[in-house]
Amino acid sequence: MDQFLQHLVNASVLGGTYALLGIGLTLIFGIMNVVNFTHGAIYTFGAYAMYLAAVALGLNFFVALPVALVAGLAMGALIEFALLRPLRRSDIDTTMLVMIGAGIILQSGTLWIFGGVAKAVPTPFPDAPLVIGPVSVSYVRLFVFCAALALIALTYFTINGTRLGRAMRATFQDHDTAALMGVNVSLIYTATFAIGSALAAAAGALLGPVYVVFPQMGDLAAVKAFAIVILGGLGSISGATIGGFILAFAEEIGAGYISSGYRDAMGFLIIIAVLLVKPTGLFARAERIG
Amino acid sequence: MQMTRRTTLATLAFALMCSTAFAADDTIKIGVNQPLTGAFAASGTYVANGAKIAADEINAKGGVLGKKIELVIEDNKSNPTEAAAVAEKLITSDKVPVMMGAWGSSLTLATMPKLEEYSVPMLVETSSSGKITTSGNPHVFRISPPSSLEAEAFAPLASKLGVKKVDFLVINNDWGRGAAADFSKMLKAKGIEVGLVETMDASSQDMSAQLAKLKASDADTIMITAAVDQLTLLFKQMAALGLKKRIITTGGSQNPDQIIAQAGPTANGTMHIVTFAPWWPEKSTNPQAAEYFIGEWKKRGYDFAGTTESFRGYDGIRTIAAAITAGGGTDPAAIEKGFWAVNIMGLNGPIAFKKTGPEGKESGQSKPEVYLIEITDGKIAPVKF
Repeated sequence: MDQFLQHLVNASVLGGTYALLGIGLTLIFGIMNVVNFTHGAIYTFGAYAMYLAAVALGLNFFVALPVALVAGLAMGALIEFALLRPLRRSDIDTTMLVMIGAGIILQSGTLWIFGGVAKAVPTPFPDAPLVIGPVSVSYVRLFVFCAALALIALTYFTINGTRLGRAMRATFQDHDTAALMGVNVSLIYTATFAIGSALAAAAGALLGPVYVVFPQMGDLAAVKAFAIVILGGLGSISGATIGGFILAFAEEIGAGYISSGYRDAMGFLIIIAVLLVKPTGLFARAERIG
Repeated sequence: MQMTRRTTLATLAFALMCSTAFAADDTIKIGVNQPLTGAFAASGTYVANGAKIAADEINAKGGVLGKKIELVIEDNKSNPTEAAAVAEKLITSDKVPVMMGAWGSSLTLATMPKLEEYSVPMLVETSSSGKITTSGNPHVFRISPPSSLEAEAFAPLASKLGVKKVDFLVINNDWGRGAAADFSKMLKAKGIEVGLVETMDASSQDMSAQLAKLKASDADTIMITAAVDQLTLLFKQMAALGLKKRIITTGGSQNPDQIIAQAGPTANGTMHIVTFAPWWPEKSTNPQAAEYFIGEWKKRGYDFAGTTESFRGYDGIRTIAAAITAGGGTDPAAIEKGFWAVNIMGLNGPIAFKKTGPEGKESGQSKPEVYLIEITDGKIAPVKF
């Protein structure tokens, strides 16, 4: 039972960041109909931005985090402006290929600049864990969990409670009509891609200090993000949130009680099962997001 | 005579052939197949840099058989499929007569069929799976210890440390599973109990599920086989879970200084079985060479933490050079014959190959030294009893 409680705590903490990754991806797909293959690379970018801010510039950990988030926002806006905007009228295959290329460039660029050796980001949290009965959890993970929840809440609020969010939802439903009603659709696309990217970068910046930072860290993260989005239903934010937690629980329980060697396979087993039973994902793509 | 387009082309082709033939005559190419990107990037890059130091040293002294050696370094991306492709490329396109590689056991095992296909010898500098030298591939010469040798060297220490029951946490590939099997065999023979064998994927970053399970077990010791980046994560995650047991790592790819730098105080108390002790070059079996190598490594501005890994590349290239000299030729067959005659002093003991594996197609295995070190208060020290 003690072991089970520990697994439960581990999974919840992990689930928060998985959800963050999933939401960023599903948002971009839902509104822009773009399969974002740079998502993993931007996750890595966020982690390196955190490393640069915290180690190279020597900024305080809590200042470095928003810096990394803003860097992700800017990188997303740049990619949208430079690559996606000129391709708006081209078919989905072309966009996909360009995005795959951009992802490779980002990853190779990171490797070229920083080298293949992993970097560690120091945290201000104590190494000793917080122990409650049989369960222990490190303070940094606890912080990551809270920060992830806060960012998820902020995203919900942005989409459901702001003018920008209303314009995003309108564009999602029908971008032609939205444009006729005076919504600057181009701007909405840039904002969407920037917000989605900022969430990926935030996940990287939060997990970088928990793990280590290296150029290929985004590969597995991207695969998981896609899995979460498929699990939750394409374009559904609540689906991605719940999908993130389901994946984390599946991995943790699978590794703890079935076989640790197949930890990363557990999630995919669940996805195959979901797709067999409910091919549109657990939460079928809604007509509106939010 | 009027020169036609065809004759011009033919002359050009002939000139090109001459120039490549000339280049091939001038240098001896050595293929280096290492993971420069992917999960093992740190380690593979260190080995490649160690190899460069050896090549420069050898060339400064006039080369081998009167020719300079030239390293052709290729990235196998920490991926067995790529490792085999790299071997094929090195052999068929670069025409290397001998190779060094491929760091990880799974990577090395994947390249081995290519050695048989083209009859080109390969020096194995890092891999420790037993299968590499026991599967009957006569083109393989290994200078790193197989995990059975590590287990054998560790055997007398296990009882001195008072180990009673051991759980394993190993990387889920030939290296990790091989180490768990060889160490279990040794421990059971000594009457030490073996409990759980947990595995983790090479690219996994979160091992808290495995660790939660190990925490709940009644074993007093956890033996871990993984490369440095994963070890760093493990020590941090162990501290986060409040897991306090005796930790012993195997495989020689720990880079203890990097662990101290990145895992901080969470690495205190951990023990590591290593195959080179750069902290005390004066106590090594070849102090002069060890000091030269470490000095050269620092002079090039590489991270000191890499020396426990990079020495393999240095020793590997020196062994290959010795084999070329002993074989007296630059074709694969002569070099392969030369390997059996190698007798040099490596940074970690004498290098000479003994026949292992099925009769008639034995692989070569050298027997290096093995050390057990401990991290105490952020410093590295030999384990005291």
